Amino acid sequence: MVGNNSEPLATSAASGSASAVKLSVRNLAIDYAGKPALEGVNLSIHENEIFGIIGPANAGKTSFLKALNRMDMFDNHMHVLGDVQFNGRSVNKLRNVYALRKRIGVVFPLPVGLPMTVYDNVALAPRLSGIRKRAQLDEIVQRCLTRAALWDEVKDRLQSLGSLLSGGQQQRLTIARALSQEPEVLMLDEFSIAVDPVTTMRIEDVLKELKSEMTIILVTNLVQQANRLADRTAFFLDGRCVEIGTTQALFSGQVKEQKTQDYIEGRFG
Amino acid sequence: MFAQTKLNIHDRHVQSLVRTLFMLMTALLILPVLAILATLIVKGGSMISWDFLFSDPTDGMTAGGIFPALLGTIWLVAVALMVSVPLGIAAAIYLSEFAPDNWMTRIINLAIINLAGVPSIVHALFGVGAFVLFFGFGTSILAASLTLAIMTLPVVIVASRESLQAVPQAFREACWNMGATRWQTIMKVVLPNAISGILTGVILEVSRTTGETAPIMFTGAAFFLPFLPESVFDQTMALSLHLFVVSTQVPNVPEALPYGVALVLISMVLLMNSISIAFRMYLRGKKKW
Repeated sequence: MVGNNSEPLATSAASGSASAVKLSVRNLAIDYAGKPALEGVNLSIHENEIFGIIGPANAGKTSFLKALNRMDMFDNHMHVLGDVQFNGRSVNKLRNVYALRKRIGVVFPLPVGLPMTVYDNVALAPRLSGIRKRAQLDEIVQRCLTRAALWDEVKDRLQSLGSLLSGGQQQRLTIARALSQEPEVLMLDEFSIAVDPVTTMRIEDVLKELKSEMTIILVTNLVQQANRLADRTAFFLDGRCVEIGTTQALFSGQVKEQKTQDYIEGRFG
Repeated sequence: MFAQTKLNIHDRHVQSLVRTLFMLMTALLILPVLAILATLIVKGGSMISWDFLFSDPTDGMTAGGIFPALLGTIWLVAVALMVSVPLGIAAAIYLSEFAPDNWMTRIINLAIINLAGVPSIVHALFGVGAFVLFFGFGTSILAASLTLAIMTLPVVIVASRESLQAVPQAFREACWNMGATRWQTIMKVVLPNAISGILTGVILEVSRTTGETAPIMFTGAAFFLPFLPESVFDQTMALSLHLFVVSTQVPNVPEALPYGVALVLISMVLLMNSISIAFRMYLRGKKKW
């Protein structure tokens, strides 16, 4: 939690039912220096679900994620129109975007092991929110690394550099770091690109467990990964959200658009 | 299939010719350094003694030591560093981490480049006008050091900015995405990885500050002073000016004396450089990505 910062985000106190809306997106349009990347997206993401987003390259999947935690602020050329609400609050109007980002963990395709020790990588977010006690930090580091299925491999070298781990280990380190924020939403953008199949399966198991505690948004270019994990799946194509449905429906052929069917069956993309 | 054609042989010969040529050119760079050091040591080495370093000049500066000048140079460099390092690093952090990409920033960058190109004698006159007269510091260590600081500021800013920008953007974004502010990101991620490059800028500045003569001769360095400075508002002697004086302004100076002064001056620079380089290597050894 974010302590005494102004504008605390209401932690949807009214929730309780599994279908409470966590994120709601209305008329979202994104462009980069006038070049449209995404338009007309309307969807809601519920608490404790895994929301899959599939689609070929340049469909606007990553841009969508960037709009959710205001990453457009990092890029002068990126403009976001429309409304994104997190726990019922418009993220575009928040002054305390830091509290928003703290509640949304992000994992990118290429792992970013920060050039500090494994321990410090995972302890960074807790330290940023003011936790100083060594015992408490130790506990968080061990818990997050364990949940990211990395603890056994690094428990003897917590003091070596995080950026020297292998690619797959760094990706799990990135996930552990995201978990150390105690996020309400975890966004993963094609996390398995730099990870071997065995590790991918281990991370997928972790995600299934995490679902009970948080909302997970899974952008993937592996259609079968969405099928394995997602409760609902959205299909993005050419900067539009073509279709949203339960994963079960989409993968059993109950689609409204032929293109969705074609993509799922691997006929293009 | 691996037999050499005439063309292959020709290509290989050209390559080795180019390599040899460039290697010779590189080797030429070392020659002046070696020549300077050798000359100074041969001609001035005999002057160096405990007494030379730590006693006052005597007999109209034709004998005795260089202590007031040595101490004065340390004063000047230290005060200049105290001003230019914090100022330069702060400006570099602003330009690299905060400044929006607009006309204002571009003008500031242009100003920094131009400041680096201003001749040192012009800086000296600026120092007289601004610090000695306008601010009323008089000819003093403070005025001379501020002039030196202004002159070397662009070096610190440019070197620091370059090394800040060399830190991958992905590190910053990873940190921002955890909810860190820009300042937290700078302290936790950016600065620790840029510090070795920033030190390079400071090293360059120290070397340059130690040797400069023009900016200090009108603003705070004295021809000859029979006493040591007690505060930054006093004048002082300085090694670089002392070298100029004993080489050209004073009659009947023994030949070895200027060489001895020059040897001390260059040793100071080399000593500072090696300390900083060692420190930098230590820091660099800790950083890897």
